[in-house]
Amino acid sequence: MSDVTDPIVETRGLEMRFSLPTHFLSREKPVLHALSGVDVKIRKGETFCVVGESGCGKTTLGRAIMGLLTPSSGEVYFRGRRIDTMDEAERKPVRADMQMVFQNPYASLNPRRNVFQTLAEPIRHLMPEKSEADVRAQVEDVLDATGCDQSWQRKLPHEFSGGQRQRIAIARALVTNPAFVVADEPISALDVSIQAQILNLLNDLQDERDLTYMFITHDLSVVEHFGDRVAVMYLGQVMELAPTGNIFDDPKHPYTQLLLAAIPKLTGGSFDAPRTPGELPDPVNPSPGCPFAPRCAIAQDICRAERPRLRPIEDSGTMAACHFAENSRELIMDKENAGVSG
Amino acid sequence: MALLEVRDLRVAFPRGKKGEVEALRGVDLTLEKGQRLGVVGESGAGKSMLAFAILNLIAEPGRVTQGSVTFDGENLLTMSERQIRRIRGNRISMIFQDPMVTLNPVLSIGTQMIETLKAHRRITDREAHKLCVDKLKLVAIPSAESRMDAYPHELSGGLRQRVVIAIALLTDPELIIADEPTTALDVTIQAEIMSLILTLCRENNVALILITHDLGVVAEVTERLMIMYAGKCVETGRTRDIIDRPKHPYAVGLLKALPQNSTRGAKLYQIPGSMPPITNLPSGCPYHPRCERATDECRAAMPPLEHGVACFHPMHETPAEETEATT
Repeated sequence: MSDVTDPIVETRGLEMRFSLPTHFLSREKPVLHALSGVDVKIRKGETFCVVGESGCGKTTLGRAIMGLLTPSSGEVYFRGRRIDTMDEAERKPVRADMQMVFQNPYASLNPRRNVFQTLAEPIRHLMPEKSEADVRAQVEDVLDATGCDQSWQRKLPHEFSGGQRQRIAIARALVTNPAFVVADEPISALDVSIQAQILNLLNDLQDERDLTYMFITHDLSVVEHFGDRVAVMYLGQVMELAPTGNIFDDPKHPYTQLLLAAIPKLTGGSFDAPRTPGELPDPVNPSPGCPFAPRCAIAQDICRAERPRLRPIEDSGTMAACHFAENSRELIMDKENAGVSG
Repeated sequence: MALLEVRDLRVAFPRGKKGEVEALRGVDLTLEKGQRLGVVGESGAGKSMLAFAILNLIAEPGRVTQGSVTFDGENLLTMSERQIRRIRGNRISMIFQDPMVTLNPVLSIGTQMIETLKAHRRITDREAHKLCVDKLKLVAIPSAESRMDAYPHELSGGLRQRVVIAIALLTDPELIIADEPTTALDVTIQAEIMSLILTLCRENNVALILITHDLGVVAEVTERLMIMYAGKCVETGRTRDIIDRPKHPYAVGLLKALPQNSTRGAKLYQIPGSMPPITNLPSGCPYHPRCERATDECRAAMPPLEHGVACFHPMHETPAEETEATT
């Protein structure tokens, strides 16, 4: 994105390939392409949402940025420094500055550690210069900031509800005072009445602590409320990258339009027509063309032959990887109308 | 006569030496032929328990302590296992959350489908095969004939759930109970599966009980709605009415808390606290500790379900003439 100057996080040509076990009769070495060339720039202070269906690479992208996975090729920058090639000693202070909240607070908290131990661990490990008194003070601060009670310190995870656990997981991510937080589906494991509590908490913390979020989710309605910019991913590639308003008001990529049409609406009526079955293509043997072409209503020969590059669409502020992004909506509408009359 | 009538259904589980704890605390519902009902609630609200109790499938040590489930004039809860098999899986079909768990991984799709059919019909293998392929085509599975020989792991999640729906439709049921049928699926696949279920129910006049936590899905698919909280129905009525004009403060809160219902970037409305576990329910209305409208009355007694809402202080007053008619 040319308009982002001085990003806090940047990826360049990020690729992630996983070798799969070879079939015993086959010479082929199957390779799964989880990320194929992802370039994103995340601005300081913004909420950058990454949206897509399972297998699209959104979690892999988050983990590669965090250094939990080593990219097969490409570069990751944090505050202008390349971090994916750093050794562990060099990386430690960087890790304190970038943290992660995971989806399932039942799995992400160690059941045998009380809340104090869980929260003290990142400080002791990543900030060894801190004294025990500092550790205690920082734990108390973060508990207050995340709406947790000080009495929780000696309690174990099983004593808490899902919403409370997710607060603790957020507290753990913030205890080292990071500037950048990757939140991977932080509300999808929670009950509906709790989701709003956690979203509001994340919002308040962002204001108070000047945080930058990378928010990974499959739920577009949350994105609309929460995000500043959105990257829509499909099969390891960014399909559309745009300010949130553009994604909802003027989606350029046919896949974004499909995702929007799939949101159940409180007004009803949008599930009345039967939909044709779609399937994610195989990430093991990607076709040379656009990964979405097999499901796309308006795919042409060029889409199957040539992979579209992510490019700015006119001066809308949106970037999309589609050969027909300029008039995809008209083309899809024509197609639908033709289908009805024919 | 209604297709399904549930009266004062209660399910309890043993706790401690002698005690019992109620997971379902007296639920009523009426479902007409071809009607689609949504049951919404948080985990632990008792919505799946309701589905299992309707089918008399409550597993030991749980038990139905009270109530009746009348399907087409017969009480399912007093039937013998032999009698209920004529209905369960035959006239009432089920669709569960995870198709990978529902389907047997070591049997081909065809084998599982024919087995289901032969459990309920006297039919030759050849006829059964043909019927199964027809149903696979009905749920829009591409190359249905060859999929009969496929195993569940060879299909995508969406196709697996389509197979489960095809199996549910094999016996031409009058009622389908679907428990979170799309929760394990991606959003675009959810839209496909839900619109498929909606179309099939409409075209074949099949009644549906759809259990979900997603108010959007309910708004798209169902005509009637029941909102459950802590083992009880707190509000019931036409789906449209409840979504447009909810009465129970919990229903109001749930709808208000949805990101769709708030302005971009504004703070979301949030219901304070969380649902109490059934082992530790407060006195009176179980929602009162989280409710901004709660009074002493709410702390003292459980409000009865009247005019579709179990609340002493509902949000939208019932019209005057309706109140008079009942007093």
